[in-house]
Amino acid sequence: MLALELTNLRKTFVAPDGQRVPVVDVPEFRIDAAQQLALEGSSGSGKTTLLNLIAGILSPDSGRVLVAGIDLTGSSEPQRDRLRARHVGYVFQTFNLLQGYTALENVLLAMAFGRGVDRAYAGHLLERVGLGHRVHYRPRQLSIGQQQRVAVARALANHPTLVLADEPTGNLDLRHAHEALGLIRDICREQRAALLLVSHDRSVLAEFEVVRKMNSVNLAALTLAAQSAGGVA
Amino acid sequence: MTGGLGGIWLMVRRSLRQHAMSTAITCVSISLATGLTISVFSITRQTRDAFTGGPVGFDAVLGARGSQLQLVLNTIFHLDASPGLIPWTMYEEIRRDPRVELAIPYCVGDNYRGFRIVGTTEEVFTRFEYQAGRRFAVQAARSDAAGPSPTTAPSRGPRFFDARRAEAVIGSFVAQQSGLKFGDTFNPYHGTVFSEGEKHAEKYVVVGVLEPTNSPSDRVIWIPIEGVFRMSGHVLRGTGREFAAEAGREIADEHKEVNAVMIKLRSPQLGMQLEQQINKQGKVATLAWPIGKSMAELFDRIGWVTKVLTLVAYLVIVVAAASITASVYNTINERRREFAILRSLGARRRTVFSAVVLESATIATIGSLAGLAVYVGIFAAAAGIIRRQTGVVLALGPYDAALVLVPAGMIAIGALAGLLPAWKAYATDVATNLAPLS
Repeated sequence: MLALELTNLRKTFVAPDGQRVPVVDVPEFRIDAAQQLALEGSSGSGKTTLLNLIAGILSPDSGRVLVAGIDLTGSSEPQRDRLRARHVGYVFQTFNLLQGYTALENVLLAMAFGRGVDRAYAGHLLERVGLGHRVHYRPRQLSIGQQQRVAVARALANHPTLVLADEPTGNLDLRHAHEALGLIRDICREQRAALLLVSHDRSVLAEFEVVRKMNSVNLAALTLAAQSAGGVA
Repeated sequence: MTGGLGGIWLMVRRSLRQHAMSTAITCVSISLATGLTISVFSITRQTRDAFTGGPVGFDAVLGARGSQLQLVLNTIFHLDASPGLIPWTMYEEIRRDPRVELAIPYCVGDNYRGFRIVGTTEEVFTRFEYQAGRRFAVQAARSDAAGPSPTTAPSRGPRFFDARRAEAVIGSFVAQQSGLKFGDTFNPYHGTVFSEGEKHAEKYVVVGVLEPTNSPSDRVIWIPIEGVFRMSGHVLRGTGREFAAEAGREIADEHKEVNAVMIKLRSPQLGMQLEQQINKQGKVATLAWPIGKSMAELFDRIGWVTKVLTLVAYLVIVVAAASITASVYNTINERRREFAILRSLGARRRTVFSAVVLESATIATIGSLAGLAVYVGIFAAAAGIIRRQTGVVLALGPYDAALVLVPAGMIAIGALAGLLPAWKAYATDVATNLAPLS
């Protein structure tokens, strides 16, 4: 079974001048179960929009998104929310941890909306990312690197089929970036979750066996790049 | 299996803690609104019940021509002034009436330090039931007290007064407030309002302190009716001419007057006939019957006060509900990113919506529970004032529907107050609110 399948996926935004600007145009894209794949793309290549479409946070104008064989595009918003909770783990560049909640509560809340709360497993995940002694700390009381690891544990909370990582190491220094990347990859492998990572960092991309350029996946990326280049000139 | 409930509850708890200050202030305003509203409902109802339906040992009161309400207030509740006097013969007549089981004359007009002195017969102790099956009883002398001074000590122990002596039996509230006790002596003062210069020369000895009855009688000093007739300065006008009693000589009945006759009928239905006879056909006296009706009329007349109080209570509830809306609504803007993150974790719009509604309802619940304590406080204060002024005792104990309905209503209103902020949270866009750094 494929972890992810995109077919003729299109999304446009309305620019300030009233013109519709294509942001995502993916004729076809697939990730196998438990496969790890990196997309090379800079900001402005439509990468966050693409990931939000895959996660069901945004709806496409046309085309199909299948996660774990389930069609998101034919689903209602509550169904997409449910699907996201159960099948997709999301690691953001800015981590997006809930500030008022402890590390453990961040993981437990994700479980509450997904497959149900499993305290033992939440504890195990935090243990696994090396935060067994920090479960009751709030994000502000943790270092940047530790916050990133809470985000990783949270993304894996519901045994997802697919983990999306948007520049997950963008806020880390070189050494921590390398560590964090290793952790994400190992833990996805252990959990048999597929991993789709988007980054423009060559040292990150170099660690992946399969790397694809955003331009080759998202045809709109070329026009976007041309537009921003034109804007600068 | 979505397990959303635990998540929602965690969201509510965290949010309440993060906004502890505004939560606390809102809870206080809710508790005041709840406490005030329960108090208005409960105290109004209880006061009405106590005055109108309260157990009274009499069926009717006979007094001078005038207001039935005034007669009842003066004789049952020992408030207000007496409407006037009726001749002794009228008392004798009604006492012998076959429809009347018990008739007790009251003579008022004196006080001791503000506590009214009622001249009456021993029957008030021996035959009158202030509540079905309950008669006045004197308290045993307290052994811990210093004891009566040897010169004034009544020869026997605590008892009811002897109709031929200057003896008094005092209510429990009188004893507690004035300090008078078994064996003490005191001088009555003229008038129903205490004035230092109006002291009578006679000395009365306290021969008994009554057990508490939780009724207006607790505020009364009972003396023999003959004592009132003979009190220095009192003048009897039963014959139309002034007559002053002389020591050691009988007073002819024709001179005697009484303020009221308390009547217990052989059957309550007989009151109708008697009322017809005295109020409609007769011209000299008034029969207040049934007693509860006069009091109900009083409450109907002051009904607008209750309406205003109720309106105020409702308005306070509206203000409190608005304070919930305002305090929760204010937090929604700063929580947009949090809602977006929760949504990205798989929380549905309706989960976020429910969490905000539940948060408002929780604030209302905490406030309502605290409101019960506020109610107890207001009740104690109000009951104290009512007791001091009227002798009527309100009890906190009895179940009142307002105790449940008002908090339940407040919680429902609290949930409603959360709808607007909840809608704002519901409408939060995930993609646009996820992006920025904290």
